[in-house]
Formats: sequence, structure tokens, C-alpha cells
Amino acid sequence: MISFSNFLQARSSVSSASNGAVLPFVILLFIATLSCALGNLLFDADSLFYVSTYTITLLGKYLCYALLALAVDIIWGYCGILSLGHGAFFALGGYAMGMYLMRQIGDRGVYGNPELPDFMVFLDWQQLPWYWQGFDQFWFAMVMVALVPGLLAFVFGWLAFRSRVTGVYLSIITQALTYALLLAFFRNEMGFGGNNGLTDFKDILGYSLQADSTRVALLITTAIAVALVLVVSQLILKSRMGKVIIAIRDTEARARFLGYRTDRYKVWLFVYSAVIAGIAGALYVPQVGIINPGEFAPLNSIEIVVWVAIGGRGTLVGAIVGALLVNYAKTRFTAIMPEVWLFALGGLFVLVTLFLPKGLAGLASDLKHKFIARNTKNQQVQN
Amino acid sequence: MRHFLLICCVFFSHYLYAAQPTVVTSSVLSVQSSERLQKLTQNKLKQSLKVLQAIPSAEHKQLLPLYQALIKGQLYFIKSSGQLIKVVKTGNIKSYSEIFSAKVLEPQAKKAIKKVRVNNKIRVYLRQLLAKQALSAADPKARLLALRAVLKDLSPQSVLSITELRLAEKNIEVQQMMDVIIDIERARNAPLKLDKIAAIDRLGESLEPQVRTELVQIQANSSAPKVLKALEKALLSIDESRQFFGYLDQLFFGLSLGSVLLLAAIGLAITFGMMGVINMAHGEMIMLGAYTTYVVQLLMPNFIEYSLWVAVPLAFVVAGSVGILIERCVIRFLHGRPLETLLATFGISLILQQLVRSIFSPLNRQVESPQWMSGSWEINPIFSLTLNRLYILAFALLVFFALLFILKKTSLGLNVRAVSQNRAMAKALGIRTDRVDAMTFGLGSGIAGIAGVALSQLTNVGPNLGQAYIIDSFMVVVFGGVGNLFGTLVAAFSLGIANKILEPMTGAVLASIFVLVFIILFIQKRPKGLFPQKGRAAE
Repeated sequence: MISFSNFLQARSSVSSASNGAVLPFVILLFIATLSCALGNLLFDADSLFYVSTYTITLLGKYLCYALLALAVDIIWGYCGILSLGHGAFFALGGYAMGMYLMRQIGDRGVYGNPELPDFMVFLDWQQLPWYWQGFDQFWFAMVMVALVPGLLAFVFGWLAFRSRVTGVYLSIITQALTYALLLAFFRNEMGFGGNNGLTDFKDILGYSLQADSTRVALLITTAIAVALVLVVSQLILKSRMGKVIIAIRDTEARARFLGYRTDRYKVWLFVYSAVIAGIAGALYVPQVGIINPGEFAPLNSIEIVVWVAIGGRGTLVGAIVGALLVNYAKTRFTAIMPEVWLFALGGLFVLVTLFLPKGLAGLASDLKHKFIARNTKNQQVQN
Repeated sequence: MRHFLLICCVFFSHYLYAAQPTVVTSSVLSVQSSERLQKLTQNKLKQSLKVLQAIPSAEHKQLLPLYQALIKGQLYFIKSSGQLIKVVKTGNIKSYSEIFSAKVLEPQAKKAIKKVRVNNKIRVYLRQLLAKQALSAADPKARLLALRAVLKDLSPQSVLSITELRLAEKNIEVQQMMDVIIDIERARNAPLKLDKIAAIDRLGESLEPQVRTELVQIQANSSAPKVLKALEKALLSIDESRQFFGYLDQLFFGLSLGSVLLLAAIGLAITFGMMGVINMAHGEMIMLGAYTTYVVQLLMPNFIEYSLWVAVPLAFVVAGSVGILIERCVIRFLHGRPLETLLATFGISLILQQLVRSIFSPLNRQVESPQWMSGSWEINPIFSLTLNRLYILAFALLVFFALLFILKKTSLGLNVRAVSQNRAMAKALGIRTDRVDAMTFGLGSGIAGIAGVALSQLTNVGPNLGQAYIIDSFMVVVFGGVGNLFGTLVAAFSLGIANKILEPMTGAVLASIFVLVFIILFIQKRPKGLFPQKGRAAE
């Protein structure tokens, strides 16, 4: 097999193409989010500036996906670890949040049991399983949102990177991981609602999930999370550690020979990425109102990779743009002609890999370079 | 007019019926019996039983249809003529026919006919009669079946008649079955303890499920210590052999699952293992093969028996050419970029799925199994192998060895191995690597298509068929060692068997989760699989 590192070497120039775009992007993000929020809260339904609650929820969902795309981009674009199982971390974070929301329902469920969620009453369980304890506390659920995906990523990454499982093998076993979790969460005996998952949420921190203001607050929280992750990731990747990480992506063997413990860098980056994915999942669930094992499906995880590939991997903003664009296209397409969507998605996969290996961000920077080159040429001619 | 003709027909048929000596009633039945049967029309239950009991045993064979109709309550008679007829109700439609010749009769008015009454006593009597009749059937299989029926409901009389029949029996299997029945009777009621014990000892070797329940019953009823001891021994030996066959059963199912995994993975062992192409569209090649079977069966609905013979080569061609198309249009531009290939082929798989969904609808399609593939091969009463699984196991091995032959003994195979080991060197030696790439990918895809034909016999054919197998296939190939066909074989069967051994302990879903987790951990330990490639080819 032609070695994987050769391929990375050839593509190492992708890296710091448009990193300067982070700050403008954050500002743009905040302006957009705030204007949507104000549009929803201040104006009447028939006003020109009114933004419907549906749109707010949709935007919040997109931003969760953007956060997830960031998580994948950080390990794939900057460290060359192609995870086809990041949906698993996302879903685990989502389940942790879902469990908190489930406990908040209290005795308002169909069976009116103050302690047990409906599906447990239905299964004739007498008491709450031990792993559901504590989820009635918001802070505990939030710790779990980060801890569970992080721990899983740590164990998995520690095992995989220490024994130098790389490239395609790693991709395939991450896929196997999410597939195994998919099968596990489908089982009723697991105590996570089986096939139906967790749903029928009522409120979060005492605020009704149906209220416009809660929705807007969730959108703003998500936007802040995206901005924070963007800035922190930028700092990490610009730091000394980030340089090593990029070196690992380009030639892992050389980095190792220079004395860096490459496996440790990879494990910590993997954990960081998994925690981000978990947070994205936790923000996703209250906005969408349901979490079920379908989120573990390998197809979902691969879709995330496509967002990143289309946006441009190795550029943080590119990943976000990719996620937003593809999901917007998905919403439109599936509404207008649902059967065409998979054709379009499949076609995008093929075309982007064949013709746009650096994604949209790469295309943009190429165009910019060309433009500058032509300008200087023109200037030279004029001179 | 039409009515008249019909009546004529009926009369005419009666005439023929009476004239032909081969047809039963009047010719073979004694005049007495015919008269007796007429008494059934008097419809007095007590008399009916007597009438039936008075029929000489030589005539039972001829009267079988009548008995059966009587048991089912389908026996009627025409009031005017006293003729006995059979009336079968299916839904709201009643069909009328001759009892003995099964000739269809004209519909009768409801008031013109009357049912012959039956009660339980008559039914029991007739059932026993029928069972006895079956015991002397010409076909040994029918006799065996009848014996099984007797075994479930033993009475001293039936044992007595079986003891008689045993003397004349020629067929060994039937003999053994009869012995079992006689032994049960002895174990129950033999006056001498020694006889009892000997019978129990012999029963210990029988695998009939009924024997065990009988022995347990006898155990509950007997008190003599020696008999109890013999019973214990017999039960133990039965349980042991049952357990043994239980393991064999598990092994067979494991092998069967292994053969499915092998079929699904073997194409991938070429495209991924030898060429290094991460072909996520592999599952869709399997799906194409399955749909080819479906289309072939649509095109030749009258020749389902032969459809698979057409479908196998056709599926190879269809999936193979799609594979070549994919290789020429997409994959060759992505050489040496495995992760990109993964994404592109995944896109192709989405397109193919949606294509099938648009053409054939998203619903599952029914693929029929030919007659020769259904049924099972009974080795003994508690161990039988289903034929379709057996055929697919054989087929998987056949495909595997054919592929091995192609790779090791043909010039195409030589070229494929050369290119996969050292592309530049192969090219320098004049091998047209582009062509070889296309052919190899076509071969791998074509074999996936063939696998689809086989899988269509076991599972539903739908657009998601391929997705169900893609992860498993990759696991098998990676577990066995990339680029090693024998590794794929070993991996497929060991994963299949491991899955089926775990299943009774943990349930199907947990078993597959355990296997997945095991593979994940295994890859950490041995990243190159069970049988890693050695030497220069490895890099």
C-alpha cells in the first residue's frame, strides 16, 4: 500500500490557509445571532423583520452541527485522524442532556411517576438504575456531557494511538465503535429508552422548552459555544502544541524520532475533540426535543466528515461554513424533492474529493492567490 | 338448457364411474359394505359407529377418503338418491365432489343434501384406524411419520399391533422406530425387572424427543432402585448426546453465518485487501447482485427453479461492470489517497442506494427460493441442517477457491499480485497497471454481486441490504489481515462461530456488540490482523 504519510506530505500546504478569518467570523456570527434573536423577540409575527421561532430552532440546530464539524476538523484537518465515529460522542453528550431533561419532567409524564421516566414505568422497572442517579442536577448532567464522551475517547484513543493504529484502520474501528453503540442503545434493557430514545421534554432549568425566549437563549448559548471553541481551538493550534500536532499530521514518524510522544498529543487532541462533540450534542437535544439511537448511525458520522471536506479541512472557519451550507441545502432539498437529496449528497462527496480536495476554503484561498498574482502581474506590466 | 346438460354430464359420469372396474366402490367393495355404508345416511350416531366397526379390514384402504371426510365433517348425502358426497367449504364457496373419485359434482341445493353426523367416539375410532392404515403404507417415510404420531399417544393396543408389524418390517429406520415404541411399552409395563432395565438401557440410545419425556414419566412412577439407576443412566446418556448435537447445531449455524460473512467480505478482500481501495460502495455491489436476482425472477417467472443459474453469472457481470465504471471514473484519480477514496466511494454508495430506491421503490422485494433449496436434511430427530444454508456454505467455499485459483494460477492473478506488491516495478516490466486495476476492481465487485445472489436467499432484498454488511465485511478483512485471502476465510468462520456461541448466553444483539468490541481491541493488539503480510509486500 502506498504509504499514508506520503499523501499527507503532499497536502501539508493546506494547513494555515485562512486562519486569520477567525475573528471576523466570530463578529459576523454574533451580529447574525443577535439580529435573529431580536427579530424574534421584539417584532410581531406580521412584521418584515420578524424571525420565526422555527427559524431560530433551525439556526440553533445548524450551529450545533457546526460545532460538531469543528470537532471533526480539529482532529482530521490538523492531526490526520479521520474519525468515522464522532456521531457517537455527539450522541453520548446528547443522551446525558436528555437524561437531565427526562428527570425534569417529574410527575408530568403519562404515568405520572415522580421518580421514573415513562419508558421505565412501561418496562415495569421498580427503581431508577444507578447510572441515572444524579441526573436531576443540572451541574452533574453538564459534567457528564463532557466526561462521558471524553472518557470514552480517552480509553479508545489511548488504546488505539499507543499501538499505532493509524489511517484507514483507525477510521474503520471508529465506525465499528459507533455501530456497536448503536446496537447497544437500541436495546431496551440498557435503560435509555431503546428504540424511541428520550423525548417529551418539558423544561430546562425551570424554563419551558416551548417558549420563544428559551429557544432564543439556547441559540445564543450555542453561538457563544461555537465562538468559544473556535477561539480556544485557534489558540491551541497556534501554540507550540498545535505545531507538534500539525507535524504529526504531516509525518508522524519524523515527529516521533524528534522525541515527541506523538501518541500523547493525539490522545489529548482526540479527547478535546470528543468533548466538543459531546457539548454539541448536549446543545442539540433541547432544541430538537429528542435523542434516539439513530444518532449513532455510522451514516451520520460520515456526513459530518462531508461537511468538513466540503467546507475545507484544516481551516476552522471552513468546517463551520461547510456544516452550515450542507445542512441548509439538506433542509431545502428534503423539503422540495426528498428523493434527490441523497443523489446530491453522494454527488457532492465524489465531486468535492475529485475536484475540490481543499474544500471551499481552499477554493477561496486559491482564488485569492490568483487574484493577487494577477494584480501584481498587472502592476508589473503597468510599470 | 344448460342445466339439463349439466345433469346429463353428471349422469354420464356416474355411468362411466360404475362401468370402470378400476374405480373403487362397486367393484371392490363388497355388496354388504355398500349397503352398510348406506346406513350412515340414517344418521343415528350409535348405529354409525357399529356400521363402521363392522367393515372388514381389507376394505379400509378403499374407504380412506370417506373416513377422512367423515372426520372433518365434510361427508354429506343427497336426500333423494342416498348418494354419499363430499362438501368442502372454502370461505363462502362450497364445492361438491364424489367421495371416491373426487369428481366434481353440480352444486346442490342446501335442502337437497344433509350432513352425516359424527361424534367424538367415531372420530377417535376413525383416527386410530387411519393411523393403523398409515402404519402399513407402502412408503417407509409415511410409515415413519405414522409411528411418530403413535409415539405421541401410546396405548397397549397400538403397541400390540406394532409388535405384529415389526416382524414383517424390512426398512431399518422403521424397524428402529418400532423397537423404540416396543421398548417404551416394556419399560413401562414389563413384568420382569430385568426386561424393564434392558429396555431402558436400549432407550438411552434413542434421540426421539418423546422418549425422554416418557422416561421422565416412568422415573416418577417407579420405585425399584435398580430401575431408577438404569433410568438415571439412560437419561444422562440422552442428555449428553442431546448436548453434543446442540453444539453441532450451534457449529452449523456459526459456519452458516461465517459463510455469509465470507461471501460478503471476499470481494472486499480483493478491492480493499489487494488494491488498498477503501471501497465503501462494496455493500451496494452486493445489493446490485441481489436486485439482479430479483429482476431475473421477474423476467422468468415460470422458471424459478433455474433462475439462480442465470442470476449468478448475470450478477457478476452487472456488479463487475459497475465496479469497472467506478474505478475508471473516480477511483483511479485518487490513487494513494485512501481517506479521499473512502469519502468518494461512500458518495457512490449513497447514489446507488437512491438509484435503487427510485427504480424499485424503497420497500423490500421478495426473492423466491427455488424448490431444491428449501427443506432440510434430517440427520436424526433432533439434528437437521437446512438445505439453503448448506448450499450457501458450499457456494461460499466454491467462490473462495475459484478466486484463489484465479489469483494463483492465471495470468490475470499474477498481474494483480504484481501490481499490488509493487506498482512501479510492475509498470516497468510492461504490465498495463491501469487495465489491471480496472480488472481487479471489476473482479472484486463482481464477486460481491455473486454474494448478493446468495444473500438474497437468506435475507430481504432492499436498498439498505448492502449497508448491513459493509461494517461486518471490513471487520472480517481487517481481522484476517489485509491482503491475505486465507486470513479472510479464517476470520469469517471464526467470527461467525464465535457469534453463534455467544448468542445463547447473551442474546443476538449483545453477541454482535461483543464481537465488535473484541475486534476493536484485537486491532489495537495486532494492527495488521491475524495473518499479517510479511516481507517487502507488507509495506
